[in-house]
Amino acid sequence: MNSYSVINSRAPRLDAPDKATGRAFYTDDLYFPNMLYGALLQSPLAHARILNIDISRAKRLPGVKSVVTAKDVQIIRYGVSPARYDETILAVDKVRYVGDEVAAVAAVDWETAQEALGLIQVDYEELPAVFDPFEAMTEGAPQIHDAYTRNICAEVHQEFGNVEAAFEQCDLIHEHRFVNKRQDAAFLEPNNAVAVYDQLGYLTLYTSTQVPHYVQRTVSMVLKIPIGRVRVVKPYVGGGFGPKASASTLELAACLLSIKTHRPVKLHFNREQVFLHSRARHQFFHTFKTGVKKDGTLLALHNTCILEGGAYSSFGIATVYYAGSLLGGPYKLPHMKYDGFRVYTNRPACGAQRGHGGVAARAGFEQQLDIIAEKLGIDPVELRLKNIMEAGDTTCNELNMSSLGMKECIEAIRDHSDWKQKKGRLPKGKGIGLACGFFVSGAGYPIYRSDTYHATVVVKISEDGGTVQLQTGSAEIGQGSDTAFAMIAAEALGVRYEDVRVVSGDTDLSVDLGAYSSRQTLMTGYAAKDAAEDAKCQILEVLSEALNVPVEKISVRNGLVFFEGATPDYMPIRLAYIKEHRGWPYDDRPHDDHLTFKEAARLAYLKRGTIVGTGKYKPPKLGGSFRGAAVGTSPAYGCSAMIAEVSVDLETGEVTVEKVTDAHDCGLAINRTSVEGQMEGSVAMGLGEALFEEVKFNDQGQIINASLGEYKIPTALDVPPVQSIIIESNEPNGPYGAKEVGEGAIMPTIPAILNAVYDATGVRITELPITSERIWRALKEKK
Amino acid sequence: MKKMITLNVNDREYDLVIPVNRTLTQVLRENLKLTGTKQGCGVGDCGSCTILMDGRPVNSCLVLAAEAEGHKIETIEGLSEEGQLHPLQQAFVEHGSIQCGFCSPGMILSAKALLDKNPSPGETEIREAISGNLCRCTGYQKIVDAIQSVAKKV
Repeated sequence: MNSYSVINSRAPRLDAPDKATGRAFYTDDLYFPNMLYGALLQSPLAHARILNIDISRAKRLPGVKSVVTAKDVQIIRYGVSPARYDETILAVDKVRYVGDEVAAVAAVDWETAQEALGLIQVDYEELPAVFDPFEAMTEGAPQIHDAYTRNICAEVHQEFGNVEAAFEQCDLIHEHRFVNKRQDAAFLEPNNAVAVYDQLGYLTLYTSTQVPHYVQRTVSMVLKIPIGRVRVVKPYVGGGFGPKASASTLELAACLLSIKTHRPVKLHFNREQVFLHSRARHQFFHTFKTGVKKDGTLLALHNTCILEGGAYSSFGIATVYYAGSLLGGPYKLPHMKYDGFRVYTNRPACGAQRGHGGVAARAGFEQQLDIIAEKLGIDPVELRLKNIMEAGDTTCNELNMSSLGMKECIEAIRDHSDWKQKKGRLPKGKGIGLACGFFVSGAGYPIYRSDTYHATVVVKISEDGGTVQLQTGSAEIGQGSDTAFAMIAAEALGVRYEDVRVVSGDTDLSVDLGAYSSRQTLMTGYAAKDAAEDAKCQILEVLSEALNVPVEKISVRNGLVFFEGATPDYMPIRLAYIKEHRGWPYDDRPHDDHLTFKEAARLAYLKRGTIVGTGKYKPPKLGGSFRGAAVGTSPAYGCSAMIAEVSVDLETGEVTVEKVTDAHDCGLAINRTSVEGQMEGSVAMGLGEALFEEVKFNDQGQIINASLGEYKIPTALDVPPVQSIIIESNEPNGPYGAKEVGEGAIMPTIPAILNAVYDATGVRITELPITSERIWRALKEKK
Repeated sequence: MKKMITLNVNDREYDLVIPVNRTLTQVLRENLKLTGTKQGCGVGDCGSCTILMDGRPVNSCLVLAAEAEGHKIETIEGLSEEGQLHPLQQAFVEHGSIQCGFCSPGMILSAKALLDKNPSPGETEIREAISGNLCRCTGYQKIVDAIQSVAKKV
């Protein structure tokens, strides 16, 4: 066991009591005096020119306070990556998908706002639409954005080593195609926003976002308000998983309407609108061609991928790069070639979702490794162990595995699942399969080119010395980041966990890039530790002077001060402290045997004023110098391995996942319960994607299952018991050795299930989801 | 069209004048400001708006407020008294069953309805009882663990 007092434990989460009692505020729970209610008019057509918008009738409806269209704003394009700013608050000249926002209304109540939408008359000239990415890339296909011929939004061609030459050295080359489906993140809280524009020209936006910082920048840029006059506040967020990691029309329209009316304006998406807004997982069409030596040594991979992107770029440029770069590990692969195309279609825009860009690639590639293992007659565990990377290795695309417990993860699941007794020995209809994966622990570069710190943190000690307030702009979206930072700060300061209060999710507090790319534990955590150490140092300096003891001989633990060697006479400090609290209750008296942190911090306040520690984090320069080298870089990588055990009804093709054994290397686990929570949640989300999730469209580009009744996500009856095994490596770049778990944990889930289904049935399913019908057809074909 | 109704929520009577088409979720959240009841879909798919009506778990988005008159409504706000968490709430906190927390109020109320009826359910009964409450964060395991721990105490 290590010697930590707070971290690495199972401390209950800070936000749990409020969430359990219904007291926690989410954006939709906010009500302001004189608040207006907004609504968005969305396109019923997938592709059309806007000939005219008549808002006169809507404006005359009693109770309507503002109706806006693109004509009411200067057109400033925005998006996620500055290289592809292709969105506008409201559609200009044309609409590009069913759901594209055309107009926004603010009225005294929801009912009036909705009624006003029906009074807006839009004249469209319908244009031919294209929904299939392969069709969209052909000459003569309808062009969705003028600047992008053949609808190619982004294109990547990379080669590391020499793949063709390496294939000539291979004993076995296998090629196969793998396809996933468009997913919806299906977070439980639909997006909400409340904008409050005040009389001094300051704008406050309350929104259910993962990234207050990027939303602040986008609002500032698009509405031309200086950044310092835009404040973005994130109340509790009911899940994000990626689609809430960029600014949306919902947020910008709320701001615009508040500016127009000088009143608070609330806007929300209903569940159908959440599906229409999308920004979730792309559909990827992968082809993998992998070459190996007879003994299983991996030599080369040629990966090609077409991404169906929808009508706008969103995160797409990063996504198309990730779909290649994240196969650089965790196996030693000296030669890798990647050709990727992200293609515009007349569907809602896809973006980032848990495991950004890498999930489908990982699923198909791990399936291919199993195919290769079988052909070579090598156990899938052994094939992986043979090629596994270790800490200190660098991938062919220059990603540095500064810590990597991949081997330990594989060994742990092998041993805990009884793999050796089960593999190849289960009865027909029962199967076992495994897979691995890895993921970034924070993107190495911000989304816009900048030397900005990725995280700054302020630690402020209350004037009585007894309470620590940690201020951060980072985003608690349910993953438990506030709790992790409180634990890190408590550990670094030497105070009790319960004496740290976290204020977060507010751009007024600090700069933080937010909750995406699994970055906060490492990056914000690092800054939190840095800030806590700064505050502690200031306090110890004052104490050292007062007691004439060198700083190095003073330590703090659990709120108590310890001295190396003889304990100096601290009674004058104590007497002063007690005198200041004359008449206060008995239990507020300091400790019997030790000087307390509280007394020391109070002394520091008296000498220096308010004690404020600041911390910051920025990754070092990472990655290679080739085009797109930034995508995939990270100061650290989390990794995981999973074994799924399934049973398949060979008559109907129905799959039941019966048991999951999962291991993840998160570096040092700051909060063990939270780490398991991410692992178990990842298994459930991956299981959903493997077995049932698919956003479906009709031939008009309308989503036909835009509800949680018809778009099926796992219920408590679908998810099997999960044995979560935490593997702890020591990550040199992370606070106390910590790194990610939130996204990496999903990587092995889908392929482990795919491989187990093959083991149970003898048929390979290469198109998700693994429905009964697909298995039934494959079994029939095999017969 | 508006209607005057009296609702009994958490043992308190509220006299309200509301449009007849307002759902119970809307009235709880907007008229009574009992925002612990969440709306995730509005059509009875997700269970975030679960409340107890005469002890039975109900999707309050599928109930018109006017229909709730004469019934005993219990929301998440009625579960803890003077800051003292209900054993289920305490168990959810201790077992790490809460992540984003959006499903938690409904989930806890569905669990309470189960335990009130069947104090020692098996794992399958627990999973069935909460199968109408979707959770996207936790994978349900720690939720099931928490409910089981309370069931054992009972």
